[in-house]
Amino acid sequence: MSTKTATEYQFILISQEERVGIIQLHRPDALNALSPDLMKELVDALEAFDADDAIGCMVLTGGEKVFAAGADIKKMAEASAMDMLLVDQLARWDRIRKLHKPIVAAINGYALGGGCELAMMCDMIIAGESAKFGQPEINIGVIPGAGGTQRLTRAVGKAKAMELILTGRQFSAQEALEMGLINKVAPPELTIEEAKKLAKTISEKPAIAVRTAKEAILKAFDTTIEGGLDYERKLFYLLFASADQKEGMQAFMEKRTPAWSNR
Amino acid sequence: MAGYEHLLYEVDGGILTITLNRPDCLNAFNDEMSFELQKALKEAEKDKAVRCVILTGAGRGFCAGQDLRSRSINAESSNGNGDRPHLGESIRKRYSPIISKLRSMEKPIIALVNGVAAGAGASIAFACDMRIAVKEAKFIQAFVKVGLIPDSGACWLLPRLIGYGRALDLALTGDAINAETAYQWGLVNCMKDSLEEAQAAAQELANRYAQGPTQAIGLIKRAMNKAMTLDLDAYLDYEADLQEIAGRSDDYKEGVSAFLEKRTAQFTGR
Repeated sequence: MSTKTATEYQFILISQEERVGIIQLHRPDALNALSPDLMKELVDALEAFDADDAIGCMVLTGGEKVFAAGADIKKMAEASAMDMLLVDQLARWDRIRKLHKPIVAAINGYALGGGCELAMMCDMIIAGESAKFGQPEINIGVIPGAGGTQRLTRAVGKAKAMELILTGRQFSAQEALEMGLINKVAPPELTIEEAKKLAKTISEKPAIAVRTAKEAILKAFDTTIEGGLDYERKLFYLLFASADQKEGMQAFMEKRTPAWSNR
Repeated sequence: MAGYEHLLYEVDGGILTITLNRPDCLNAFNDEMSFELQKALKEAEKDKAVRCVILTGAGRGFCAGQDLRSRSINAESSNGNGDRPHLGESIRKRYSPIISKLRSMEKPIIALVNGVAAGAGASIAFACDMRIAVKEAKFIQAFVKVGLIPDSGACWLLPRLIGYGRALDLALTGDAINAETAYQWGLVNCMKDSLEEAQAAAQELANRYAQGPTQAIGLIKRAMNKAMTLDLDAYLDYEADLQEIAGRSDDYKEGVSAFLEKRTAQFTGR
């Protein structure tokens, strides 16, 4: 994992505002189509923020006009099954799953196919009123391959997931909100800002508790209720080894504001 | 812009005038004109040079609605269940996008009602932000007389303009109202004796808008549209966001400066 400076990235723009790390997809001529090169830079940048103690939460956006209109079809149209298997380009996406810090997605414009899947890999989603989501893979003879069939189903239930993936139709931010896929619909002009506001709030919470909470919540999808509760309990007990647990509870009793050390 | 056969698209000084151009049939809609109007509205929305739209009709009429010659029960049922027409699909494809775009486009749209506005033509006039009519203009939605409902948004738009009682009465009788009555009921904002005077009034109003703070105007339209579907607290929250956006515009800075310096503001629309 390399730690590039902001100027060395070609397909993304990175910036920081206090404890929030912001990544903007930047392939304006291709509607931010998620090429392997872009994904490589994205994952590198996410991991760099994840490892940076000065960052508490991340925002991922495509900018004001579009989030990502899908994967780069040109680059895979002629591939054979063995090509796909051995290159295994989607394996890189797994590294996003391993990130400890939460990511807020800020979606304006299209989030289609891989773009929708990338959004759903994030932990929270703020979308502009005119954002359009969709999993149109069925229309090009394939299925969502970067988590769409799993994450969409978990988020919105079987009936809606079937309808959306089997018809490949687009759906609006409002629909996404009503289905439970996203957190909030904002005027498009304020989407990124709303995402930053949310990220800022989270970035100021004690970091160890934040990452532990994220881990516990994601575990809920993977295990039985028994297993999940046991896991949560162990994590809860584990936090009593953190300085911030001591500081947090002490401050509460002393009726003062806690000073987090993020340890 | 080039490429329109059934309407005229003329931009001048920030004002776009769209003229429905099938005067031989009082600008009734056929397939082509409805799709061209959709395209023209999309173009107008995208074009930053357009800050206000005037929509009017060529010749004697504003718009006579659906051209019944291009619709017959036979034609519609040829790809259906044999003997049932598919009017719903026609509305969804041809008229709903027009109405939706007129309401959602964040630029002011003035209907210059130069003559009869009938059927979907009346609905389109209702969907514009304001109506300036000549004395001879008439509004008529005779759908009920052929066993249909007033479509293209009429049942949503008209009660909001003139109240439920009068709207329902017109819809159920299919009667026409003249411009004078429309003016008294608040259905048209302004009525003029002659076409020239009406055109001048529309131009004057359009000029004011074209030189106005376009972004704020668009946000006002957005606010009022949204307000119709939200409860007060949700609307107040939404309004705060919109004012946040407005406050970041160049025109806000200019407006305040002009006010303090006691001069006329020069808005750019950004």
